Amino acid sequence: MGKIVAATGNEAVAEALRQVNPDVSSAYPITPATDIMQRFTSFVSNGKVKTEMILVESEHSAMSGCIGASAAGGRVMTATSSQGLALMWEELFIASGTRLPIVMALVNRALSAPLNIHGDHSDGMGARDCGWIQLWSENAQEAYDNTIQAFHIAEHMDIRLPAMVCLDGFIISHSIERIEYLEDDKIKNFVGEYKQLNPLLDLEHPVSYGPLILTDYYMEYRKAHDEVMSKVSKVVLDVAKDFEKISGRKYGLFETYRLDDAEIGLVILNSAAGTSKDVIDEFRSRGIKAGLLKPRLYRPFPYKEIGEALKGLKAVCVLDRADAFGGSYGPLFIDIASSLYPYKERPVLFNKIYGLGGRDYMPAHAEQVLSELVEAAKTGKVKQIKEYIGVRE
Amino acid sequence: MKDLVEIRWHGRGGQGTVTAAKVLADTCLSGGRYVQAFPEYGPERAGAPLRAYNRISSKELRMHCPVIAPNIVSVVDVTLLDSIKVAEGAVKDAVFVVNTSKDPKEIRTKLSAEQAQKVFTIDATKIAVECIGRAMPNAPMLGAVCKVSGLVTLEHLLEDVRKSFGKKFSQKIIDGNLDAARRGYEEVKEG
Repeated sequence: MGKIVAATGNEAVAEALRQVNPDVSSAYPITPATDIMQRFTSFVSNGKVKTEMILVESEHSAMSGCIGASAAGGRVMTATSSQGLALMWEELFIASGTRLPIVMALVNRALSAPLNIHGDHSDGMGARDCGWIQLWSENAQEAYDNTIQAFHIAEHMDIRLPAMVCLDGFIISHSIERIEYLEDDKIKNFVGEYKQLNPLLDLEHPVSYGPLILTDYYMEYRKAHDEVMSKVSKVVLDVAKDFEKISGRKYGLFETYRLDDAEIGLVILNSAAGTSKDVIDEFRSRGIKAGLLKPRLYRPFPYKEIGEALKGLKAVCVLDRADAFGGSYGPLFIDIASSLYPYKERPVLFNKIYGLGGRDYMPAHAEQVLSELVEAAKTGKVKQIKEYIGVRE
Repeated sequence: MKDLVEIRWHGRGGQGTVTAAKVLADTCLSGGRYVQAFPEYGPERAGAPLRAYNRISSKELRMHCPVIAPNIVSVVDVTLLDSIKVAEGAVKDAVFVVNTSKDPKEIRTKLSAEQAQKVFTIDATKIAVECIGRAMPNAPMLGAVCKVSGLVTLEHLLEDVRKSFGKKFSQKIIDGNLDAARRGYEEVKEG
């Protein structure tokens, strides 16, 4: 039995990192992720971990430091948010292209301009196609559990890719909740000894990193990355099974809530999924067959599995806490629409944009959307494919 | 206890309101309960009105949004009654705890409390000045909220305050806060 505590999402992630005890961390503070590294650096100072801490002058350098340390052969992690992730942008691709299993906590926050420190998914969505694995977390417990599993997934010898663990800024990062921490030795055994692959510091076996590859082999290299992405789902499920053995908590590629016999459904990420579940219970108690799907492994996106889970519904609303300014729909909606594309018979689909810049997602919003779904299921018609909700006109 | 108790705190920056909500969550963790404590984040300035929230439940807490229909409203700064609708959304049988030297009946009128709603007062600032030497009313308010809610016993609360404050403060400050929390628990009165 672990330890039950009342702690914030950031505290929970910092605790997971203490238990994993990585070799190196390179980090730069940014709200709302600052607290993770602040706590972790005190673990370093107080000798609670053996991690070599590199304090740098920007997020670009933070990720560069992680890349160097990971290539050298160390287990490496960092944390960031919003503009910090944006400044890491080019390095994110270097980390994934070089196949370095760095783990990063991303405390989701809105992007500037205008400057806003609160939670939305613009940062994580902007980095969704940078070749990293992304795990999303509803609450502090999931953020803790996902952080531990992320090391195992990223470092798997079939994968060797960096992984990001996303949690909602402030709503989860700064809220106190009940969390169960596992024992230190359980985590130590679970993540195991770090397995090096072609470490730069192995002077007996010199290797070269960061080569120039032009028209001759660049495309093959990219194809290899695509192929490794296709193996991630299986590893995520295997790691989840092992994690269940030590924690009793089940994880999959996504979570379904009362979806099996549902006629209408919501698809929604992170903390707002919890609020929605309570409202779904209310609708169920009125005899309305409502359900929910919450993606966990967002990259690579399990298109096939999610398509299978949703195809039988009459109407589905995808709620996005980020907009994709492509003149089209929210990023999650685009993925859900793609996952349903192969099916001739599929639900009526529409998209709501909610909660940008930390705007509260209230039960009333879920009620509004579910009521609209009831109507859409009846008529088979959608009044407007994409709409902002909880917004002033 | 009800399945779910929702609390809304109204205070001003610098009064320790957020800390009170955090300590309450920690204290209520016993008995396998689920807890939440979270402030409304804005520009954090001393003296500016702020809200903080608690949820305490026997079931898993999935709701991640501000409390809109509180069972308990704790007003840490009485001057907020003039500028903020602290009773907004409060349930029919809500309980109000207000930091004031005034009589609970007077506050009941000021709040226009409904018949089934209860109004309690506690002179938390005076207690704080006497026990801690500064106008930091959070510990007595915490004591008062624990008393009127019945969420935890006085002994349990004091043990938790000792633990929470023990990490950061001197013995003198800890003793002052323990005394303040106890007096808050004992001196809160209903109108």
